[in-house]
This record gives sequence, structure tokens and C-alpha cells, in this order.
Amino acid sequence: MIDSLFSWIDDRVALSRSGRHLLDKIFPDHWSFMIGEIALYSFIVLLLTGVFLTLYFVPSSTPVVYHGIYAPLRGQTVSEAYDSTINLSFAVRGGLLMRQMHHWAANIFVGAIVVHMLRVFFTGGFRRPREANWMLGTTLLILAIFNGFLGYSLPDDLISGTGIRIAFSIMESIPFVGTYLAYFLFGGSFPGTAIIPRFFILHVLVLPLLIIGLLAGHLGMLVKHKHAQFPGKGARDDNVVGSPLWPTYAAKAGGFFFLTTGVTALLGAIVQINPIWQYGQYYAYKVSYAVQPDWYMGWLDGALRVMPAWEINLPGHMIPNVFFPAVLLPGLTFNLIYAWPFIEAKLSGDTAEHHLLDRPRDKPLRTALGAAVFAFYFVLFGASATDVLANYLSITLNVVLWSFRILCIVVPIVVFPVAYKICVELRDTPGAGQRKRHNIIVRSADGGYSTIAADEYPGYVRPELEPVALDEVDLVAAMSADADQGPEGVYRIPRDYS
Amino acid sequence: MPEVPETPGADGPAGNGVGRHPHPGAPIPIDSPQFQVAAKNPRRVEGVVAAAFVASFFAIAAFGAAYWQAASSWVLGVTLGIALGTFGFALVAWGKYLMPQGPFEEPRPQMATTKEEKDEFVADFATRGKIAVERRGFLVKLMGAAGAVLGVVVAFPLIRSLGPRPNQEQSLYHTKWRKGAKLTSIEGRAVKVDDIEVGGIITVFPPDDLGGAFSQTVLIRVQQSGNIVTQPGRETWGPDGYLAFSKVCTHAGCPVGLYEELTEQLLCPCHQSLFQLSDGAMPVFGPAPRPLPQLPLYVDSKGYLRAQADYDEPIGPGFWYRGGANNEYAQ
Ligand code: HEM
Ligand code: FES
Repeated sequence: MIDSLFSWIDDRVALSRSGRHLLDKIFPDHWSFMIGEIALYSFIVLLLTGVFLTLYFVPSSTPVVYHGIYAPLRGQTVSEAYDSTINLSFAVRGGLLMRQMHHWAANIFVGAIVVHMLRVFFTGGFRRPREANWMLGTTLLILAIFNGFLGYSLPDDLISGTGIRIAFSIMESIPFVGTYLAYFLFGGSFPGTAIIPRFFILHVLVLPLLIIGLLAGHLGMLVKHKHAQFPGKGARDDNVVGSPLWPTYAAKAGGFFFLTTGVTALLGAIVQINPIWQYGQYYAYKVSYAVQPDWYMGWLDGALRVMPAWEINLPGHMIPNVFFPAVLLPGLTFNLIYAWPFIEAKLSGDTAEHHLLDRPRDKPLRTALGAAVFAFYFVLFGASATDVLANYLSITLNVVLWSFRILCIVVPIVVFPVAYKICVELRDTPGAGQRKRHNIIVRSADGGYSTIAADEYPGYVRPELEPVALDEVDLVAAMSADADQGPEGVYRIPRDYS
Repeated sequence: MPEVPETPGADGPAGNGVGRHPHPGAPIPIDSPQFQVAAKNPRRVEGVVAAAFVASFFAIAAFGAAYWQAASSWVLGVTLGIALGTFGFALVAWGKYLMPQGPFEEPRPQMATTKEEKDEFVADFATRGKIAVERRGFLVKLMGAAGAVLGVVVAFPLIRSLGPRPNQEQSLYHTKWRKGAKLTSIEGRAVKVDDIEVGGIITVFPPDDLGGAFSQTVLIRVQQSGNIVTQPGRETWGPDGYLAFSKVCTHAGCPVGLYEELTEQLLCPCHQSLFQLSDGAMPVFGPAPRPLPQLPLYVDSKGYLRAQADYDEPIGPGFWYRGGANNEYAQ
């Protein structure tokens, strides 16, 4: 039955002819490759939970009187968007879980993209021929951040509405076109009634489609290039060493999808996120306390705070204060990220193809530079909590603000040489970063003592093996011949990166 | 079933099959460690994987029951999380410990194409195109013209119909405050001199724009009586101890609503800009670059607070066309 179905399909798509080699596709085994997978899987979680949300969410700012089951809000005039999100949270079965999973998945999604990006950066994974894929990935990060902001804005609560107000001001601040952009996007002046429906369609259709398209390109290019890999036994520029798609990698990756989803479900169940019923409906004149955006907006919020109160007045025109931290800074940031592969190639003069990844310590300059730049954004991120810190530490805001203004200059300057030095030390110390071995103390015949290093986990180690070319072995025979082996435990394979 | 290897010297145990080592002449037998699973005792790992699948089964059953009973999102999420998590764990462990770990390898061709490949492609592309185009140069020009017009004409209304031009509603430079407009609370009640005690603050609007995002104004009673002059030229703006300022922060537009009576300062909750009321709401801390515009007030004969006029400058955050030729105040 299955056979004949497959046969029917295969006669029409010729999968067995063109797709056979896919079974043998090799995926390098390194934990750091899972980070990108987390991003992919949480995007799938976003799609699934997001579709559920669209069934109940009403993208409209038409005022209605709340009559739902959440008593403290009853009788209040709220927008349909807010009303439906409250109902989604309290009246729809499983609705609150889906909302919270969606929100958690969004935070994990952007987080995984950033960490994935750092991994690629510090290991030199962006070098030729992967420059274009690096740029594609950067675009995906930007789209993910935008879509997260749009989604965050949909429930029309006091905090997200304040965020939209700031976004309006930021758009307005762009020279020449700013006011036009803002008025065209909002369908007039802030707040108007167009913004929720417009954000909605961007959030659930336009940006997800763009992301899916670019993601397909990103992964397609990955298949074309094949994975870059860390140096190890038998790993060369002209091969890929690892485990085969079918069945080993498929089981691991498929399982990892469920793990990611499971963790998202647990977070959505246990850790409350965005309790909009506590914030209340957005009204332009209502003041909200402790306004905190989602974490991936933190660096922008921090930049807005530490920026000195400057503005540039030109004859007849003005470059407003927010332009510098909220337009210029992200503009520079992302353009620098886009350009980095080319800048580095220019600096190093290395334009050859690379499929073997660097260990960060082996490229001290790149690593130190990346660490310093990252530290800068990290300080900005911290600066988004100036008020919270001042409260918590009982010091004046003034002290906290000036500390951050100084820190965001000093920290990168300190991080650079320290990271550089650590890299050089690690690189020059044999065995640095490797698991410590037990010592065996030996007494010689004449009574002298000496120590020698024991085997790593005696009995648990299988030496790193030569890779076997899959198309030349009979994996089926090998799998069927495989018998039970030793007493217990699993093998550990120490890697030798030299 | 196992295919017979053709490598010279491939002489593994009969019927056992032999894999070929990537390096020529070094056959690897099928029982080499590359083909072994990572578990030393697969039975044990099997047990763990089985337990995880069973846990997943029960957890998802519990989720189903919880959903049916409309249990809280806490119960739903925990059962679902455990079900998915154990299922995923089982699969990962299965793949990691009970399937061949290799390492295996596959070749990776260079990405860069050769000069011949490129030349051939480019030549084909260019010559075909050239022949097609050269014969029909007239058509090409027409196509270009039609395409350009199409692009511009389609894009223009598409973008243009999104919203009005910025200044069409006048909202960039003006608010709804007019001469004589009563200071009105959000509930629609006009404010009288005796309504607010010293240190009190309320948000007021012109009566025809209650809740307006741009005309929102804070009204503060700083002292019991007397004119308050915050800046030269504003001699009559603060009657009977009252001051009114735009509530829209000049930094990024948040409502500035936290009043510190002791220091007579307004705080913006978004990025903590502080405005000194007694100095014309001059920013004294934080990123706000300009003072909050002050609304000139007067008290009418019945004791109602009213605006003398609209604000004398654009309120809120800056924008490119603020000030100068496009600013109607300068005209
Ligand atoms: C890049 C992918 C996405 C990100 C980063 C993202 C992020 C978010 C965030 C942070 C929220 C606010 C949730 C809250 O109320 O706390 C949200 C709301 C929402 N999202 Fe998404 N989302 C994504 C994709 C999608 C997709 C594909 C759909 C639908 C097909 C969708 C549908 C919705 C709906 C209807 C809401 C409003 C309901 C609500 O606020 O709970 N999202 N999104
Ligand atoms: S919006 Fe008021 S300080 Fe930024």
C-alpha cells in the first residue's frame, strides 16, 4: 500500500533519482550548530501559535465596552484589539497558553538568531563563500526584530501603545522623509485608527512571508555550500565530516524541535509574560510606569536614555535628538554587520574560500573586536534599566545615567585588550580549555614521586576516528551487523582541533 | 545483500561487508568503531528512550484530559511541555546514542566556478539577448517607456493613498487649543480656579479634543495665588498659581505625568527626563532637548481656567521641518 503510493508519487517527481543523495547529506556534529536550529524551530512555533491567535484576535481600535469575565476591567471602554486579547487570555480555552508561548517563542527566536550570529562571527563562518548568506541572515535578524515589535504592539495595551508613540517620534525624526513616512504608515497623525489593522497585516502576513522566503534562501544556500566545520580529524576544506541526514541527524534534529517546543510550552505555562490586563488599555495621555520593551529592543531604549540632550538646528530644519540613538546608531550597526565580511577580507587580504571554521582564540584581533563591539551593545542594553537600577540600589538616577554614559565608552576599550590577551594566552597554552585529566602519582623504585596524566575518563574514551566516505560503505549492512557492546555508558570522543 | 566491495585488498570477514576508507587502499571493516553506536550498552539506553516515550504518552493524554476539562493554562502548558519535551528527548537520545555516529564524510566541491563556465554562460546570455534585442530596438524602447510609467504611476497612488501629507491636518504645528478654550478634564468637566489644591496636577484638554494625543496638557497648581512668571515674556501666563504645559515629552513623545511637588519638577517615565517648571519647564536631566511648551492661561469672570491661545511653538519631539521656513510660526 505504502509502496505503491510511494511508487505512484515517485513516478511523477522522481525523488528516488534526484533526492537519493539527500539521505547521505552530512551534518557536522558540534553543539554550536544547534543554535541556528533553535531559531528555526521557534519560528515554526511562532507560526503555529500565531495562527491560533489570529482566530480570536480582532485587529481594530474601535472602542467597545468590556463585558468579559475579568472583573476589574468590566465596564471600561477599550479597543476591540485589547478586548479580544483579554478574551484570548481569559475566555478562550488554551488561549493564554498560546499567547504566552507565542511571546516566549518570539523572545527565544530573536535571541537564538543573535547567538547564532555571534557563533558565525567568532568562528569566521561569514568568510567566502558565505558572505551573501551572512547578509541574508542579518536581514532575517532585522525582520525578526521588526516583527517582534509589531506583534508586541497589537494588543493595544498601555505599554505597547507607549512604544508605538516612541516609534512615531523616531520615524518623524528622519531628515527629509521622516514626517511623510510616519504619516503614511499611521494613515495620518498619531495615533489614528489605522495603525492596529496595518500592523496586524504586516505582522501576520507580510513579514512572515518575507521571513519564510529569506529563510528558504538561507537554508538553500547552506545546502549548496554544505556546512562549514571545525577542524578535527579528517576535516578538510574539500569535505564535510559528521553524521548522515538519515537516520542519525533526522532523529537528533527532529527530537530537538520537540525539545524546543516543549521548553517553550513550559515557559508559556510557568513564566508569565506580558500580562496586559495589569497594564490596561492604551490612552495617549495615560502615564505608564516602568516601561520596558522586549529584550531585543533594550539596546535601543538604552541608547535613547544615555544620549545627551543634543539636537541640531539648521536654518529652517532640525535633526532631532532621537535621530542619533534610534536611527543613526541602528543604521550604522546593521550596515557594519552587513559589510563586515568585506571589511575583514580587505584587512586580512584573505579572499580564499574557507570551509574550516576558526577557533576564536586563533583570530585574536577579530575576536577582540567582536567582543568590544558586543560589550558596547551590552552596556546599552543595561542602560535600558537605569530607573530600575537607581531604585534598586537607592542611588540617584543622575549617578546611574552618568555611569552608563561612561561605561559605554570605557567597557569596550577595556574589553578589547583583555579579550585579545586571553586569546593569545589560550592559543599559546597547549591543552588550554580542554578537560582536566586526573593525575596519577607514581612512586619509583628508589622512593621518588612523580605525577603523570591519566587517560581521560578511563574506559570511556574512543579516540577520534578517521571519517568514512558514506557513498563507499554499506551503512545498511553496518547497521544491521551492529551488536551490543561494552557494559555500560556511552563513548565520549575528545576532539583534537590542532 | 551487502554489496561486494571492489577495492583492491578489501577482504573483511565474509558476509560482513567491508567499507572503504577514504584514503585509497585502506579498507575499513564493517565492525570498525565508526559504525558502532555511541552507547556501550544499547539495551540500557533503549530503556531510557522507552521510558521517555511512555512519559510522553501519558503527558499528552493528561493534556487532552486537561483541555477537555478546560483546566488552567498552567496545567495545559505543563502537560504539553512535558509531552513534547520527553518525546524530543527520546528522539535525540535515540539518534545520539543508538544510531551510527561515524564520523562519515562527503566531498565538498569548490563553490567558485571556472573561467570557462562563466564565459560560456555569459556568452550565451549576451548573444541570445543581443540578437533578440538588436533586431527590435524600437520595441525595447517602447517596453522601457511603458515599464517606467507603469512603475511610477502604480507606486505613486499606492504610497500616496496610505495617509495624508504631514501638514495637511496641521497637527505638526498646531494643537486644538484656541483662544478662550476651557481647560477641560478627560471626563468633560471644565476646571475652575478652586478645583485644585496646591501641589495638585490634572490632565486637561480643549473641550472639543478630549483625550487628544497632541493637545494633552498638564495643569498644575504650584501655589495658592499670584501670577507665576516662568520666563520673561510670560508675565500673564500663570494666573492664580496655575501653570499649564504640554504633556508630550520633547524627547520621544511619552506623556510626562509624574509631578514632584517639592522640587516643582515633571518627570517623563520613558527615559527619565526632568523638567523644571519654575524655569519654564526647562529640561534639567535626561535626553529631552527642549523645554515643554507652556500654555498661556487666564481665569474668566466665572472662575474658569481658559487658554489665551494655542502653544506658541510645535509641541512634542522634533522633526526635520520643525522651525524655519516650513514652520508657520516663522512666517
Ligand atoms: C517572526 C515571527 C513572529 C514574531 C517575532 C512574533 C511576535 C509577537 C509578539 C511578541 C506578540 C505579542 C504577544 C502578546 O500578546 O504578548 C505577537 C502577537 C500576535 N501575533 Fe505574532 N509573531 C510572529 C509571527 C506571527 C505569525 C506568523 C502570526 C500569524 C499567522 C502571528 C500572529 C499574532 C497575533 C494574532 C498576535 C496578537 C494577539 C496577541 O497579542 O496575543 N504572529 N506576536
Ligand atoms: S520620551 Fe520623555 S524622556 Fe524620552
